[in-house]
Amino acid sequence: MNAHLIQFSYFVAAILFILSLRWLSHPRTARRGVGAGAAGMVAAILGTLLAPEIVDYKWIATALVIGTVIGIPLSRVALTAVPERTALSQAFGGLAAALVGTAKYIVWLQHGELTTFRTSAIVLEVILGSLTFTGSLMAAGKLREIISGRPITYRNQNLVNLSLLGLAVVAGLYLAFFNNAYWPAFAAIVVLSLVFGVLLIIPIGGADMPTVISLLNSYAGLSAVAMGFVLQNKLLIIAGALDGSSGLILSIVMCRAMNRSFTNVLFGAFGQVQPATAAGEARTVKSATPQDCADLMTHADRVVIVPGYGMAVAQAQHRVHELYELLTKRGVDVKFAVHPVAGRMPGHMNVLLAEAEIPYESLIEMDDINPDLPQTDVCLVVGANDVVNPAARHDKGSPIFGMPIIDADKARTVIAIKRSMNPGFAGIDNELYYGDRTLMAFGDAKQVIGDIVKAVSDDGTGAH
Amino acid sequence: MLFVFMLATFVGLQVIRNVSRLLHTPLMSLTNAIAGIAVVGSILLAGERESDLTTILGTIAVAASTANIVGGFLLTDRTLKMFREKQK
Repeated sequence: MNAHLIQFSYFVAAILFILSLRWLSHPRTARRGVGAGAAGMVAAILGTLLAPEIVDYKWIATALVIGTVIGIPLSRVALTAVPERTALSQAFGGLAAALVGTAKYIVWLQHGELTTFRTSAIVLEVILGSLTFTGSLMAAGKLREIISGRPITYRNQNLVNLSLLGLAVVAGLYLAFFNNAYWPAFAAIVVLSLVFGVLLIIPIGGADMPTVISLLNSYAGLSAVAMGFVLQNKLLIIAGALDGSSGLILSIVMCRAMNRSFTNVLFGAFGQVQPATAAGEARTVKSATPQDCADLMTHADRVVIVPGYGMAVAQAQHRVHELYELLTKRGVDVKFAVHPVAGRMPGHMNVLLAEAEIPYESLIEMDDINPDLPQTDVCLVVGANDVVNPAARHDKGSPIFGMPIIDADKARTVIAIKRSMNPGFAGIDNELYYGDRTLMAFGDAKQVIGDIVKAVSDDGTGAH
Repeated sequence: MLFVFMLATFVGLQVIRNVSRLLHTPLMSLTNAIAGIAVVGSILLAGERESDLTTILGTIAVAASTANIVGGFLLTDRTLKMFREKQK
């Protein structure tokens, strides 16, 4: 009886998980999706608790309470910190997989129940789980800037890293096909995978974090799938596969948005400061006061704002919202152009702007807004840099050559708010700033936009 | 089992391709929560009383997965609440 009930609860959970993701296709139905997902999880847990092999509920209950106590504060982090939180959560997922795999190895070893299939599945689970664990912790550390966001490279890096992974795989094959009782090989797999996870992330720069997080998301899912193979549990396989495919799709979207391949992200050590190609060439920029910016925008019909991670760092999004409100009230059409890799994780910019109460209809994807930019009067660039660099279109020598960009330079006037002329995260100089139609407003984004808002509203007290 | 995996991946790819790009961050926190399904395997381990060591490993794994589930769903809901439509 219980066995049927368990299967039924797993079936319900799988259906609810799929619906949950399906409802995420539109903001209007998305919250229903969360409800469905949570209900599915409750069904899965209740079903599992009925399993006949469970004889002791004490530790389960304790762990459920501890997990809840850890989970609640993790859901209340600032939205700028969501990338770190996501990485941390993937680390937890990897940890759970690695621990369960290790425990299963120990149990089956003692009972003499290890088969080639079981050992292979365990090895896969432990490799994926361990490297996801340390890799995600490293990513979280880089995002939190506990560890330097700049790539750390050394000689023969890729060779060293791949040899470690190769050794772990060889040890795994040995265990699976020759001698599954040789536990030092198992210990070596755990250690090698943990080290590999760290080394895999060390050379990756901050600008590549959206891709890396997506990839780790995929690994976390696959380690749950491997756990499903170990435990012969279909629900684990289904839910893990959903997570894995989401990570895969997001990675592809991110890679395409940067015109780079997976291997290039993982082995390319992007984000080093490139030697300036046109060093010494004196180039002038035109600067503008907040008043100038306000005048330009109040007299515009259409304004496109390009936000970047710099906006979030300066906490300028609420000022941007004020500007949006003021201009919209005056009949100016204001839209936001969101580049897929703006921010530190997929979709990060949208969440930050939504938090600042900007309606989502005004957040436009790169491909949809680019055709409108030539008819745009003012393009305001706030804390974005590489995603508006025209060098990506024509400069074959540029590290970002080929990356799709937002065509800010095609607008009639460009206003770029920037702290100084220092290059952006990828360490590349941006020729947009030297353009004829570009005005630079120097200063802290929050401060500058605050001043523009003030100038616009002062102006508004007069005629119009 | 392999069949189940491939079918689920296929369904996953179809469904997730349609997720609005606006919602990619909530998508990630939601799939983080769903990946908390590792709790199922962890519960079985923590409850079967095989040895002290496996119980400890299982208990840690249940706690880690539960943190993902609770944190993931709450965060997703909190983020989604912020997406509002234009006021007419």
